[in-house]
Amino acid sequence: MDNQAIAQGIREAAQRLLAEGLVDCVLGYEAGTVPMRERPFFAYTPEEALRLTWSGFCCNNLANFLIRRPQGETGKVAVVAQGCVSRNIVGLIKEHQLSREQVHVIGVASPGMLDRDKVQAAVGADKVISAAHEEGDELLVEGPGWQERLERKKVMRDNCYTCVQRNPVIHNELIGEESEPTHGGVIDKVAAPWEKLDPSERLAAFGENYQDCIRCYACRDACPLCYCHVCFVDEAKPQWCGKTQDEADVLTYHLLRAFHCAGRCTDCGACESACPQGIKVRRLTGKIEKDVREFYGYAPGLDEESVPPLSVHKPDDPQGFIK
Amino acid sequence: MSDKILKKDQAASFLAELAQKRDLHAPALAGGRLVWAPLEPGQEPLWQFNNTALSPKEFFFPQTECMMRFTNAQDHEEGMVMHSEPELARERALVNMRPCDAKAFGVLDLIFCQDEMTDDPYWRDKREKSLIIALACNDPCPTCFCTSMNCGPHSEAGADVLLIDLGDKLLAKGVSDQGEAAIAALPAATDDDLAAAAEAKQMAEAAIITTVEMDQINERGLMELYEAGHWDRTQESCLNCGTCTFCCPTCHCFDIQDETQGPAGRRVRNWDYCMSYLFTLHGSGHNPRGSKKDRVRQRFMHKFKYIPVKRGGEIGCVGCGRCVQLCPVNIDVREVVRDMNA
Repeated sequence: MDNQAIAQGIREAAQRLLAEGLVDCVLGYEAGTVPMRERPFFAYTPEEALRLTWSGFCCNNLANFLIRRPQGETGKVAVVAQGCVSRNIVGLIKEHQLSREQVHVIGVASPGMLDRDKVQAAVGADKVISAAHEEGDELLVEGPGWQERLERKKVMRDNCYTCVQRNPVIHNELIGEESEPTHGGVIDKVAAPWEKLDPSERLAAFGENYQDCIRCYACRDACPLCYCHVCFVDEAKPQWCGKTQDEADVLTYHLLRAFHCAGRCTDCGACESACPQGIKVRRLTGKIEKDVREFYGYAPGLDEESVPPLSVHKPDDPQGFIK
Repeated sequence: MSDKILKKDQAASFLAELAQKRDLHAPALAGGRLVWAPLEPGQEPLWQFNNTALSPKEFFFPQTECMMRFTNAQDHEEGMVMHSEPELARERALVNMRPCDAKAFGVLDLIFCQDEMTDDPYWRDKREKSLIIALACNDPCPTCFCTSMNCGPHSEAGADVLLIDLGDKLLAKGVSDQGEAAIAALPAATDDDLAAAAEAKQMAEAAIITTVEMDQINERGLMELYEAGHWDRTQESCLNCGTCTFCCPTCHCFDIQDETQGPAGRRVRNWDYCMSYLFTLHGSGHNPRGSKKDRVRQRFMHKFKYIPVKRGGEIGCVGCGRCVQLCPVNIDVREVVRDMNA
């Protein structure tokens, strides 16, 4: 099914759910005001549901909004969920932030989402892009007086090459067909570029990775794992983390946030899609999730039954890393 | 003020002359991103570019700025000793700043340096030691709406010199006395040059494809705007991150912290942002802007109502469009202004 047909399927599902009063709201995507930036949209009526859309630029993780709803709004919500989003919903259910009954999952197999920064780099850093359309395996990019065709697979988000499950792991209804579960990339090969470096080189490489960080916290705020009412970086009594742009403060933020995501991160890439500075935020969570896979044989969100390993203690837990 | 001509093949030597007493900075491509970077004497700056991803406000208002250092010397007869931070050591020229950014710093002057009692020495020092050579936009972006914000692609406000690209040469307009002095030695422009510059201006203004109106916002009372119905929808998808604020040339809130280690310490100010949980959080635990809606509304009300009311009609936005491009959930300021004005 092409994007238009999937968008139509999402709209029809949303209209039906709203018209029948089965949900209060449908969380989906609508076209943004700039190319390559579809945006979260909350449809409350069948008429509003007509604004819902679908494309490879639906890069926000909508599970994020299931836990950031205004106080008092507790009714049932429907949410458009790709593979990663569905895995985050499972994670939120396991962490008792949601109950399965509260959410109606409109599943869509992910085609692998696209990276607007890569598209921009491919056509030229300073070219004005006025539109980008997916046509099968290609992306047609247009600007004033020019157009260029790019291979879709060359401008996918990094995390989508190594996705472990593109199909929704839970859903109440599925729009379109299931796809191949993966793109073929092997996550463990790319998850931890740090490991190749000598320990003496790691801090420098690490500092370089985060040197453009402006601490806007878009990575944290776009992340469905980061639902603490007060984040540790915002705690004032005591203040755990310095507020400046000094490398120690910036790295403390990224390190601690990544550890808080250990055994929970689905590698959805929302952090990197949100970052205004193009920082490879996943280089840190990637290493931690690799460790979780190796030590505990666990990948977050793939099923509803297994117990997250870092939420329980077992006498035979591996502890070779304690030195 | 005078109109001069600077040939592009002579720009490097013109700038090298300036570099004798100033550090030069200009937009440059680094790793596929457009950033402000030092311009080496003899190097020609970029003439064709859109705008830097982040605004150049860092030059005057660094994200982290040390305000003073102190030593808590109990055995010292004077007790705590405070040391002021050194001022900017060398003057500088910021070359090819876009007119929207130059205009923004003119607006911020009204806020950082209001009167005798409100006169920020850190801002003033850097402003007074910086020559701003603006480069007019001949090809505005689809997200630009400067002409609706007391600004424009060829706006001179806030600049010392405005350069207008005429192909192989630039028209250099002196805007301030400092700018006049910098271009004094250049040859005068001809009537043909002036006509070409006027045409470029007209075409650039016509190329701004989005406009917003402010008439109803100006007309309406503050509380009417504050209580308007659209804020519930405006704030819906906001992540409360700091992207819009940090890329913005006019956002200027800061937070001051004292950092101590042993007997010594420093006072630093860091960019703050109204989307933050900590913004205006009182010591009592109360926050007058406790909800996401309160915080989102603050940003737009500040720019489009509070600043115009308090600063004689100036707007806290110059229409650069950065937040439109970078907001992770595409909250488009142009749509918000239209809702406020509806």
